[in-house]
Amino acid sequence: MIYRFLDGLGRYFLFLGEVFHKPEHGREYLKSFFRELELLGFSSIALVSFISVFMGAVLTIQTAINLDDPFVPDSYIAIAVREGIVLEFAPTIVSLILAGKVGSNIASTLGTMRVTEQMDALRVMGINPASYLVLPKLFACLLFNPILIVFSMALGLVGGYYAGDFLNLVNTEVFLSGYFMEFNPFYIVYSLTKATVFAFIIATVSAYFGYNVEGGAVEVGKASTKSVVAMSFTIILFNYILTDLLLQ
Amino acid sequence: MIQVRGIHKSFGEQHVLRGIDVDFHEGQCNLIIGLSGSGKTVLLKSVLGLHSVDQGTISFDGRVLGDMGKKEVKVLRQEMGMVFQGSALFNSLTIAENVRLPLDFFGDMTEAEKDERVRFCLERVRIDPESFSKTPAELSGGMQKRVAIARAIVLNPKYLFCDEPNSGLDPETAIVIDQLIHEITHEFGMTTVINTHDMNSVLEIGDHVILMEKGVKAWEGTMEEVMDSDDSAVVEYVFRSNLFKKLRAALKKA
Repeated sequence: MIYRFLDGLGRYFLFLGEVFHKPEHGREYLKSFFRELELLGFSSIALVSFISVFMGAVLTIQTAINLDDPFVPDSYIAIAVREGIVLEFAPTIVSLILAGKVGSNIASTLGTMRVTEQMDALRVMGINPASYLVLPKLFACLLFNPILIVFSMALGLVGGYYAGDFLNLVNTEVFLSGYFMEFNPFYIVYSLTKATVFAFIIATVSAYFGYNVEGGAVEVGKASTKSVVAMSFTIILFNYILTDLLLQ
Repeated sequence: MIQVRGIHKSFGEQHVLRGIDVDFHEGQCNLIIGLSGSGKTVLLKSVLGLHSVDQGTISFDGRVLGDMGKKEVKVLRQEMGMVFQGSALFNSLTIAENVRLPLDFFGDMTEAEKDERVRFCLERVRIDPESFSKTPAELSGGMQKRVAIARAIVLNPKYLFCDEPNSGLDPETAIVIDQLIHEITHEFGMTTVINTHDMNSVLEIGDHVILMEKGVKAWEGTMEEVMDSDDSAVVEYVFRSNLFKKLRAALKKA
């Protein structure tokens, strides 16, 4: 098992070597980058918005119920909700969701291209398929995932505020002031660092599994599932490592 | 001309190619035929450089593939066109964009010249302009194959490779595709290598036929020689079918 893991890790780094091969026709990569931006980035906005608003609302309800004490001001509830959203929910949970949506899309797209010989077609044309197909996806994820995470933070806070107001759980003025109390701007840096690392993991791990598919449609499905599992493990592991490194 | 000399290729314990010597002639349709598992596809992919061979040499007009540097291989790739079994068109691109892709990467042309070349190639394979903006999924199998041929010839290649170009097509469309490849080969003087199971293709366009059996070249000749041959490998492969048995008997009688 350890041998298989190390073998896979070695292959992953060799694959990255192919991906980061110098692009020879930058214009074509740029065109592909804009296509991927739409496919992998903009198409995730609705899902991230929906989840963020409701997760923010749920966080407010749970925190308000658990801190239902006359000696605990509503601003403290807001601080707890804010820290939960900024530190963990937006960067980590949304990245896990994107691993399922974007990552499985990348793995199945590349897997299908592999089994239908589209990658061989690129190689025969003299185009490096790893670089041409993966690099634009990677840059699209690296650019757009942090934007989605910031968007998710904002919507999570809005959802939390309106849930508190709608269910009459908090004094809205005090709650809103809590969002701005004792705020540490480094948390945003921490959160965006995590989002960027997770975006790299999502794009490259899913691409690795898709790129190396052998067989047919069943294997493409299996590779897609394996990639989501591998991405989830890696994201959780790096979440711990980055938190230890950046917040201690 | 493509010269293949003594190539061997194994996948693990499986020895797929066992010392193949063959020449693929310029301006001709060179057909590789044989049963499934005889090594046809591995031979084709080895010649294309998609598989590295364990032993032997492959040379393109005197240029040995194994001795070439990365830049020379890149130049050689631009002299190659390939029609894949499943067409291998890119689903995210339109028909015109699919054909244009090699030009965008390697063509030293203005945008207008590229458009003109794409239009010429698509019209040459009889794709009507209304279909240029469609995606591959919107086309029939035969049309997809024709677009794949257009993409393969867009850089005006010296070498054209086709892997089972008429598999999955109805007999009428299969003949159209065969004839198209034959016409293009002779029109542009290309060295065309076609991997096929289809005996109709052998009789339609087989300028030079190579029969593969268990990883070795079992026989080679022209389409006329196939019908006259008493070689056991040819008899066993070609004349298994009653139709061809009867056809040969009739030809011999005539």
